[in-house]
Amino acid sequence: MDENWRGNLPQIAARKTGKSRYSFVPLFMNELNIQNLRVEIADREIVRGLSLTVPCGEVHAIMGPNGSGKSTLAKVLAGHPDYHVTGGAVTMDGENVLELEPDERARHGLFLAFQYPSEVPGVTIANFLRAAVQARMPEGEELEATDYYAKLYEKMELLGMDRSFTSRSVNEGFSGGEKKRTEILQLAMLEPKYAVLDETDSGLDIDALKTVAHGVNSLRGPNLGILLITHYQRLLNYIVPDHVHVMVAGRIVRSGRKELALELEERGYDWTREEAGEMAVR
Amino acid sequence: MKTETSAVDINRNIGDFSYDVTHAYDAGTGLSEKTIHYISDVKQDPDWVREFRLKALKTFLEKPMPTHWASKDLEAIDFDKIRYYLSGGTQAKRTWEEVPEDVKRTFERLGIPEQERKFLAGVEAQFDSEAVYSNIKKAVGEQGVIFVGSAEGLKEHPEIFRKWFGKVIPTGDNKFSALNSAVFSGGSFIYVPPGVKVKHPLQAYFRINAENFGQFERTLIIVDEGAELTYMEGCTAPKFNTATLHSAVVELVAMKDAKIQYITVQNWSANVFNLVTKRGLAHENAEVKWIDCNIGSRLTMKYPGVIMKGRKARGEVLSIALANDGQHQDTGAKMVHAADETTSNIISKSISIGTGRATYRGLVHVPKHLKNCKNNTECDALLINSTSRTDTYPAITVRGTGNAVQHEASVSQVSAEQIFYMQQRGLSKAQAMSLSVNGFVNDLVRQFPMEYSVELKRLIELEMEGSVG
Ligand SMILES: Nc1ncnc2c1ncn2[C@@H]1O[C@H](COP(=O)(O)OP(=O)(O)OP(=O)(O)O)[C@@H](O)[C@H]1O
Ligand SMILES: [Mg+2]
Repeated sequence: MDENWRGNLPQIAARKTGKSRYSFVPLFMNELNIQNLRVEIADREIVRGLSLTVPCGEVHAIMGPNGSGKSTLAKVLAGHPDYHVTGGAVTMDGENVLELEPDERARHGLFLAFQYPSEVPGVTIANFLRAAVQARMPEGEELEATDYYAKLYEKMELLGMDRSFTSRSVNEGFSGGEKKRTEILQLAMLEPKYAVLDETDSGLDIDALKTVAHGVNSLRGPNLGILLITHYQRLLNYIVPDHVHVMVAGRIVRSGRKELALELEERGYDWTREEAGEMAVR
Repeated sequence: MKTETSAVDINRNIGDFSYDVTHAYDAGTGLSEKTIHYISDVKQDPDWVREFRLKALKTFLEKPMPTHWASKDLEAIDFDKIRYYLSGGTQAKRTWEEVPEDVKRTFERLGIPEQERKFLAGVEAQFDSEAVYSNIKKAVGEQGVIFVGSAEGLKEHPEIFRKWFGKVIPTGDNKFSALNSAVFSGGSFIYVPPGVKVKHPLQAYFRINAENFGQFERTLIIVDEGAELTYMEGCTAPKFNTATLHSAVVELVAMKDAKIQYITVQNWSANVFNLVTKRGLAHENAEVKWIDCNIGSRLTMKYPGVIMKGRKARGEVLSIALANDGQHQDTGAKMVHAADETTSNIISKSISIGTGRATYRGLVHVPKHLKNCKNNTECDALLINSTSRTDTYPAITVRGTGNAVQHEASVSQVSAEQIFYMQQRGLSKAQAMSLSVNGFVNDLVRQFPMEYSVELKRLIELEMEGSVG
């Protein structure tokens, strides 16, 4: 039922290295791979056997009704401590993600743009991001302040953000749209390998939507895989996905090309639910 | 960014070090008239000081412990087991080269020479109870500024010293000010002549370095008309198993139009009782500002105060307290308005970690007959764990017409969501915590001198590192 499903977990193979010596290197796909994932919170199963693969370089959209478990999936990928993974596997370029701490996952290249970003009172965006960038550098290496600010200002310009934002506390008193923009600014600064964007479009006016989409598009490339959670086809006009998945009641019930989003917009989710139900019966 | 240039290079690990230092003079344990005579003999006190001490001892013995309102933990102090006087027997030194080798080693571990080069106009570092190292940069001396140890001050400058000594904080103010008055040694005496604005902050460095040894330094600062001074005091103490008592008295006098800023960052080890009395007297249009950061100790009781004696005098207390597991920071401020148009400002921020407890006590007094006085009080508490505790006891008596008081208090908690959010950006839990805590104190710290804010940030990081599993 999922066209992206790939049967095998990372394989180990012998590969010839530069000199005449053989060494074992993992032969894995560059991808974020979710296998039959099951997640519970407060004794309720929210994600119920979900499989999905996002190869690096592709954009995958997830759409689905409220409460279907999209944000839960996003937070579980990021390692939120409240959720219990009861089954399945998640790998990132072959590495088992589930055994890593949230900050390790982040440093290994996973980014989550939150649906509801937290406020960090008293900590400026400039200081926060600086600490985050520094955290990714090898021990003993200091981030060069001038390089950092040059990059920060460049990315802010890209996202149409005023420089004065750098001295404001992270998300404190931000409008909904400003918060979302700040999430994408962080994405741009931290250069992850895989990014999950949870409803980054909600709360954005049409101009902001275009700017943010432009920002995301400019980051698109062979080294970034994106999982885009959204309710609206509108966003997908600007960030055109390679694949669209429909999530209902904790599972991917349908996957397709970008046209699927249009179909959903026209017909709603009921028909996918029915199909999913049929499948369950079969 | 490297913080090599910080004013007080305090590191918990370093602070917990102690080297053997030979004490030429040791008053032994316990406190009696004999102890006082021993101290006075060794210090070659003038008679008036010996008498002052003996009277203070009587007051100390008569006064009850303030346990009806303060922590019962005070009762754990065994006054008979404390050493009230230890001295290396060395004279105050002017240059680094003259400092004895073993003393130097400890200072080097603490990074003192470094700071001196970078920031400081003069250093008065206290090693045990005697000032063994003191250095005033030429410029300050040439301006007529006196910056010496209190022992030297009372001998060499009695005409100024005697006039103000014990006047801002009378011996009987509280049991511990009486104790200090009886056995004081060390501390600084500073006099800034009229109109002199001391450009660089003067600094003293205190350190306890003997088991069961109470440190009772006594500081008196007089800033004459229209003069200005910033004084910085930093403390670390090595870790010992038995409780250590630190009970200082600091008196500030700001004459007409003068300004004094007194900055403390202390990082006591977790067994220290830190019971300090600090008060400033502000004459007409003068300003006394206390910046007080309390980290560490088993129990700290400290309420810096300002008596605004002259018209338009201003008092300010900016304080940060961090109570880690098992610690109690009982801090606050006392603002006594005693003239028209006086204004005071108190901003207090406390952080409680684990079973740490932060208590704020604030006294603001404006009597009925005064006009146009203002006080602003803000106290914010941050709780890190569900076991952390904070209490606020404001005692505000503002009477009379045209006097205004404003009081705000808040209690907040670092939420799990906030930490998760920060971790998702790649920060470890400890880094996330310390960034949150630094964020909490940020708007206050911004008002501190640069080198102190950098140092404080590092201290907070160190504390948070230890507190997250
Ligand atoms: N911390 C939690 N405690 C209890 N229930 C939770 C918790 N988090 C999520 N849930 C429940 O899990 C289900 C899925 O929630 P989730 O936020 O993942 O949905 P969503 O697909 O993102 O919805 P929306 O489109 O509205 O954002 C909901 O029924 C929600 O109430
Ligand atoms: Mg959601």
